[in-house]
Amino acid sequence: MTLSPSENNSVITETYINDALQADLCALVESALTEAKARGASSAEAAVNTSRGFSVTVRLGDVETVEHNRDKSLGVTVYFGDHSGSASTSDFSPGAVRDTVHAACSIARYTAEDPFGGLADKEQMATRILDLDLHHPWDLTVSKAIKMAQVCEQVARDSDKRIINSEGATLSSHEGIEVYANSHGFLGGQRSSRHSLGCSVVGQDDSGMQRDQWYTVARRAQDLDSAEAVGARAAQRTLRRLNARQLSTRKAPVIFEAPIASSVLGHLSAAIRGSNLYRKASFLVDHQGKQLFAPHIQIHEDPHIHRGLGSSAYDNEGVATHQRNLVTDGILQGYLLDSYSARKLGLQTTGNAGGVHNMIIDPGEDDLSGLLGTMGEGLLITELIGFGVNILTGDYSRGAAGFWVKNGEIQFPVDEITVAGRLQDLFSGVVKVGQDVDFRKNIRTGSLLIDNLTIAGS
Amino acid sequence: MLEQVKQALLDPVGIGDLELDRLIGQLCGSRMDYADLYFQYSRHEAWSLEEGQVKSGSHSIDQGVGARAVMGEKSGFAYSDELQIPALLDAARAARAIAQSGDDKQVAMAWQGVKVPALYTSLDPLASLKDEDKIALLERVEAEAHAQDNRVKEVMANMAASFEKILVVRSDGVLAADIRPLVRLNVTVIVEQNGRREQGHAGGGGRTGYDYFLDSDRALGYAREAVRQALVNLEADEPPAGPMTVVLGPGWPGILLHEAIGHGLEGDFNRKGTSAFSGRLGEKVASDQCTVVDDGTLKDRRGSLTIDDEGTPAQRTVLIENGILSAYMQDNMNARLMKVPSTGNGRRESYAHLPMPRMTNTFMVAGQYDPQEIIASVDKGLYAVNFGGGQVDITSGKFVFSASEAYLIEHGKVTRPVKGATLIGNGPDVLNRVAMVGHDLELDSGVGTCGKEGQSVPVGVGQPTLRIDGLTVGGTQV
Repeated sequence: MTLSPSENNSVITETYINDALQADLCALVESALTEAKARGASSAEAAVNTSRGFSVTVRLGDVETVEHNRDKSLGVTVYFGDHSGSASTSDFSPGAVRDTVHAACSIARYTAEDPFGGLADKEQMATRILDLDLHHPWDLTVSKAIKMAQVCEQVARDSDKRIINSEGATLSSHEGIEVYANSHGFLGGQRSSRHSLGCSVVGQDDSGMQRDQWYTVARRAQDLDSAEAVGARAAQRTLRRLNARQLSTRKAPVIFEAPIASSVLGHLSAAIRGSNLYRKASFLVDHQGKQLFAPHIQIHEDPHIHRGLGSSAYDNEGVATHQRNLVTDGILQGYLLDSYSARKLGLQTTGNAGGVHNMIIDPGEDDLSGLLGTMGEGLLITELIGFGVNILTGDYSRGAAGFWVKNGEIQFPVDEITVAGRLQDLFSGVVKVGQDVDFRKNIRTGSLLIDNLTIAGS
Repeated sequence: MLEQVKQALLDPVGIGDLELDRLIGQLCGSRMDYADLYFQYSRHEAWSLEEGQVKSGSHSIDQGVGARAVMGEKSGFAYSDELQIPALLDAARAARAIAQSGDDKQVAMAWQGVKVPALYTSLDPLASLKDEDKIALLERVEAEAHAQDNRVKEVMANMAASFEKILVVRSDGVLAADIRPLVRLNVTVIVEQNGRREQGHAGGGGRTGYDYFLDSDRALGYAREAVRQALVNLEADEPPAGPMTVVLGPGWPGILLHEAIGHGLEGDFNRKGTSAFSGRLGEKVASDQCTVVDDGTLKDRRGSLTIDDEGTPAQRTVLIENGILSAYMQDNMNARLMKVPSTGNGRRESYAHLPMPRMTNTFMVAGQYDPQEIIASVDKGLYAVNFGGGQVDITSGKFVFSASEAYLIEHGKVTRPVKGATLIGNGPDVLNRVAMVGHDLELDSGVGTCGKEGQSVPVGVGQPTLRIDGLTVGGTQV
């Protein structure tokens, strides 16, 4: 059957996050802190998240799913001196809040003393909650969303007769708010929204089937790429993979295409995360001040980018976030620490409880074709699969697909290969960073040209 | 069990059979092929030890109802974490909006309970051990790891339990309930020698209480195993790169089957024709020695289900019989669209997620060879006995799984350890290369979590020792 979307106006996302809701949530976290104090906790913290939205998937021109999401949860951590306990609930009734605090307190009776635990220091708390312009609800009906997804998928399917099937196009729109409070008197709320449109299609030729996808994501609807552009890009990415072959085993330079290059910097962020450092579970223990990359590499964290996907005014402990350099002239400047790991390491928290907020590697001057030209002959990697990354040792071995490049030009698609090396060598081997920055993640990078990896194939 | 679960989930919020009629009537309207409600209550706890102490513990409670309405290939879905009639009616209305029109249906169902024997206990695992004894157990695990070797520098141990009560209410009048315990214990150790640090992991669990870890000091066995692996890795050389004969050990290396063929045989991909196995029922996809099953009926197993999340009793489905592709794994919707019965593989992460076809316990049945004979048959190859995770592209069929403990085989003998490396192959092709199947079938110890489209569910895998002639090994040594 066909759908006539114009009739489907039964559900409209209206802004539900408003001052009244925020006030209710503030009252909720404060009631949890009050309860914790009443039970004798020396300090406590509470966070509440609530979000709402929907997603629609269209496949082969017709609606496949319409999903409405509304999620909420309250988490509480209590401290009795150096003992702590945590509990969470999705039920916000006064009885459930009491039970949750009680559960956290009862756990704290059994956990060991840990002098490094507790809230972040009071003087670290954010004193001003910056407005980072993260909340842009989208006045979008389900029927309009379906229409956009249909256009997106149709463009992909119509682009070439070798596109023979589809996994569909999905549009989703969500908004949420999180409120965090602790017994230092910190109380903060951050509202945000996130909208995305993605499409995945299947192509076929005599050699078999391949699929690929593309998506756009933004805080604000008008910052999304058009449905047509997303569909066209998905189809183009699928088609170029057809007729892939294995390479023979060799060593060669590689380019991580921008959309997957962020994974390489993701491994850096894991290796400098406080929890991995104090456990000595990272190959970058004691590497602050050491040369990790070539001198032309600069990496920084910028938590205050307006409408940034990783932006946040304060971290999960209420600590103010700030712009800082992570790698300057190739030298590691600092770690990603929360208050616990900082105390364990004898350092100060860096405002990274909950992770890094917009990690950015400065782009170079070349676009992707410039990088291909510099590489001359080697592998352009466009997809990575599997989990063969060891942060303790730096050993790296992952499945890959992409293109063999010669004389700076793409020759043919390749798949069923692996790329392997050590993260230490991947980092130090970054020859160039492309200017083709992918803005769709918390980690922003262009394509990365890396001098030498082992490729295993036939 | 049905009465017990109804009492726990419905009675406190005043939902009786009449209210279920009303909700299903609202959800189904006059135009839906099928609709269901999924009531779920879950509790979860976790305790973690590091640096010799259990420093943190957590507890969570979640409950809610998912409402799904299905018409042809369309699904409307909404959920509520408020178990109140008005909120549930809202969710039902939102889910039904997919049909755009149609009236409420007045229904008076003759509700039929599904009766199947439970495959696991209905006792709450969180209460199966006193909190102080949970702490003591983790501390014993830590001590056991350190006692193995003075090169052990760090020991991290985690123990978690969850307890779920679920009720499926279907528009065809079926009511089905399940009570699901699940426990898990993991140990990671880091060892150091001459400045080199390596790690080892071990763990296990199942649909039981924590007492499972006390039986025969099973938890201490995990500690010893993690240390053994870590010490092996201290001696490991750089791994080879390129195609090799690979011998996979029994048990967890069955992740091969999960990635190489399991996902590709899930009904949704095959109904849509996006799997490399689509349209290939009855074809030869593996060597004659290979028979692969998905079996959700194994007692107490992590991947087992008395009923699936659509109320269908779990079953044993032969996916590949002597090399011939014989079945896909189905949930209700894909089964109906493909005009076959559900195989009891309809699963969802929670009430807030739509069900889809998922694996339970997936393994290859035992063959005839002695494992030693299999190793002895290889002149030069890789013997891989432990793995981390894996992943597959179901359309191209390419899959990977990453070894975390491996050895070279030279002239029929296991010689030196090599570092972990990713193995890559082509799903529709790899089982055709299975040259020998051992008689030593083992299931994994109960550690697997499968992710698909953002949803995680616990699963099991298993296999006997296998020899595969030609897998690409992703090492660094050319």
